[in-house]
Amino acid sequence: MKYRLTALLLCCPILTAHAENSKVHEHIFGNGLKILVKEDRRAPVVVSQVWYKVGSSYEPGGITGISHMLEHMMFKGTKLYPAGEFSRIIAENGGQENAFTGNDYTAYFQTMEKSRLEISFKLEADRMRNLDLKAEELVKELQVVTEERRMRTDDQPRAKTQEQFNSVAFSNSPYKNPVIGWPSDIANYKVEDLNAWYQQWYAPNNATLVVVGDVDAEQVIKLAEQYFAGLKPSDIKPLKPQDEIEQKGVRKLTVKAPAKLPYIMMGYKVPVLKTVTQESEAYALEVLAAILDGGNSARLPTHLVRGKEIAVSVGAGYDLTSRLPDLFLLEATPAEGHTVFDMEYALLDEVYQLKSELVSKEELQRIKAQVLAKDVYQKDSNFYQAMELGMLETVGVGWQKADDYLSKLNQVTAEQVRAVAQKYLIEDNLTIAYLDPQPITEAPRPAKMIGGHHAF
Amino acid sequence: MRFKLLGLLLLTISQLGWATVKIEHWQTTQGGRVYYVYTPTLPMTDIRLTFDAGSARDDTKFGLAALTASLLGNSSGEWTTDEVANRFESVGATFSNGVSEDMAWLSLRTLTDKTLLDKALATFQEVVSHPAFNSVDFQREKNLTLAALKHREESPAALASIAFHKALYNNHPYAHPEEGVVQTVSSFEVDDLKNFYRKYYVSANATVVIVGDLSRTQAEQIAQTLLNGLPVGEKPAEIPLVTMPTQSSSQHIDFPSTQTHVLAGLPGTYRKDPDYFALYVGNYILGGGSLVSKLFDEVREKRGLAYSASSQFAPLYRQGPFTIGLQTRNDQAAKAIEVMNTTLSNFISNGPSDAELKAAKQNITGGFAMRIDTNSKLTDYVTMIGFYQQPLDYLETFSSKVDAITTADIKDAFQRRVRPELLQTITVGGK
Repeated sequence: MKYRLTALLLCCPILTAHAENSKVHEHIFGNGLKILVKEDRRAPVVVSQVWYKVGSSYEPGGITGISHMLEHMMFKGTKLYPAGEFSRIIAENGGQENAFTGNDYTAYFQTMEKSRLEISFKLEADRMRNLDLKAEELVKELQVVTEERRMRTDDQPRAKTQEQFNSVAFSNSPYKNPVIGWPSDIANYKVEDLNAWYQQWYAPNNATLVVVGDVDAEQVIKLAEQYFAGLKPSDIKPLKPQDEIEQKGVRKLTVKAPAKLPYIMMGYKVPVLKTVTQESEAYALEVLAAILDGGNSARLPTHLVRGKEIAVSVGAGYDLTSRLPDLFLLEATPAEGHTVFDMEYALLDEVYQLKSELVSKEELQRIKAQVLAKDVYQKDSNFYQAMELGMLETVGVGWQKADDYLSKLNQVTAEQVRAVAQKYLIEDNLTIAYLDPQPITEAPRPAKMIGGHHAF
Repeated sequence: MRFKLLGLLLLTISQLGWATVKIEHWQTTQGGRVYYVYTPTLPMTDIRLTFDAGSARDDTKFGLAALTASLLGNSSGEWTTDEVANRFESVGATFSNGVSEDMAWLSLRTLTDKTLLDKALATFQEVVSHPAFNSVDFQREKNLTLAALKHREESPAALASIAFHKALYNNHPYAHPEEGVVQTVSSFEVDDLKNFYRKYYVSANATVVIVGDLSRTQAEQIAQTLLNGLPVGEKPAEIPLVTMPTQSSSQHIDFPSTQTHVLAGLPGTYRKDPDYFALYVGNYILGGGSLVSKLFDEVREKRGLAYSASSQFAPLYRQGPFTIGLQTRNDQAAKAIEVMNTTLSNFISNGPSDAELKAAKQNITGGFAMRIDTNSKLTDYVTMIGFYQQPLDYLETFSSKVDAITTADIKDAFQRRVRPELLQTITVGGK
């Protein structure tokens, strides 16, 4: 196990002009459903993903986490296929399936042997409009989600810190809420709430169907037409903007939790591809994140884990593909004998370097080489190719941006990197969270073994 | 890191009736075993070197194998750690390393464009055969490991896993955590690592896996060159047999968490086990088929007791753990354990139904293609086949072996191999 967090470049968009140019076929049905198909004949498999334009950043107060709750309920059956049938049918057809919810999307996917794509379409089309939400199923699934929250957040000191951090960093942007929702909201969902949410967002004109694999694009579009084209569209009302108010001054918070290691998170408010006035700024921020944390040769591991040896883990992250303005993140775990304040000083010093000096030609070249390579590596997986298209489309920048990524990143100059550092990495935009470890009071007791143990 | 994505459990199960992966196998002049698959569709390759040098080789120095592996990729030959990292990443290559109970591995993923490939390979070769083991790198990696060991103590899941392995394996080399424990790791000196490296990182103990857009001739050269810098040496003695526990035990560890983490199981199956396929297919039905298994259904779907409830066999050179796992609100732990135990004992007594077996086979064989549809997955598979010296047609015969399993086979294998009266149960959590 390598104890080093790497930047979560959840979506490293890729250019499809490099290895072999596989075209994306786009079609929009009369009911507004958009389908994207990419042929990739490396293996006789196909991935099919349905992306809905809804996620935690769409949620009003009082029902945070409801997109995620609905994602769980989507497995609880329709009139045609009662609870459990969906998963049973997919499994018996050799398929793998799952779903995920983020700030800006909810997506469902199946990976199947290529001849079984129709099964996936049939089932997904059915649950797009015919979900049968039952109170007794909600009662049980609510408990499951509550357990999920305990596992992911309540018992995880760092996740708790991150949750609090987001809620302080953002004043009124919906990014202040956790994807899984606040506990009291989770406890009080009603079937009516879920039904209303389902009716409001689950419609062909609010969805993108993405298919990547060993298929013929024309045939896939025909097949999709058969199952999806007859579904009724909904009247999708535009979201209220909820523009984050301007931050004027650094914000700091401390989170106490039973833990063994301290931890610090820092975040600067930054634009993203969707919101930025000059696109090159978003790509420059992407390069900036890679300068700091793009591999073992990047600045943070080189200077802080090695070099000064004051950190045991470091990370930087930037989500180019968020729907709303987001945070440029820095995080670190101090090494023995160092504090989170030492980390803060060291990270601010790294930021200062970026503002005052141009990054070297070698660094820029290395990052471009890495991006070029990642572009090829990513094609090893149908799933990630589909995920990239679905995400770009769902956050509203358009799947075509995948084709620009490599060339746009290649155009980023050292001056542009310095300029975005100077413009956005400023104290007035900064939020800092410290995890303050509390003693784990109930120390593990010696083992109580019952009876003699092993035969020798 | 960033908590933005929530999903159900990601599935790891899959499979189909299509298998034309051609694995070529030969030995280098120094006796290293090479396994090669030609996949020309993308201009990239994965090269993975494994040694029988996992944590089972630690002896009493728990964590030594892991720390030794973590030094590889630091200063090598005439290059500093920074230079090694730069050389890999300047050509877009990614290097990684790690250990399991049985093996230590070093992996390289690189583009196959000649200039880029040559630089990545030259670096990889130095990393493999001339690690400097200098004191600065050693001290730093040791400190990183010690921090990770400390970090582990804030995780009820990690504490449960440590206690679980100890309960299953007692004094066997599989009993201790791969990354070691504070007492042992703090006592290591750089010479411990050098000695371990000299003994185990030898070509007689090496397996080379190459998957990607390289010709057979290129693959032969690369494998030969990679091992040229290592002494021939010899294979280590076999890992000792596992002694089964003689009776069941339960152990609780207090921890200030809102959930109790439950692990239950016993030493299970091994790579060349004649019962392997019966246990594997049976376990799909019991707890492996993630959204459709009996455990998932009883614990989560029917009762909402946990987010995840599953079971798995982890086959190793010797019997790896059979593990059932779940986590639930502290005050529901007893109830969840009861449901888990009832589900297990019913399955062992009754075996699966014909319909359940049919569904399991349809999933496993019908999704076979997804086991090997990427270079990454193929590299993992071929590594397993090579390291454990499975037949080269393992992938081709996989589906027919699954299809041949009967309900009686599963019932019989579970009754002999998963005996509830030997079950070891660990709980970690609050009141």
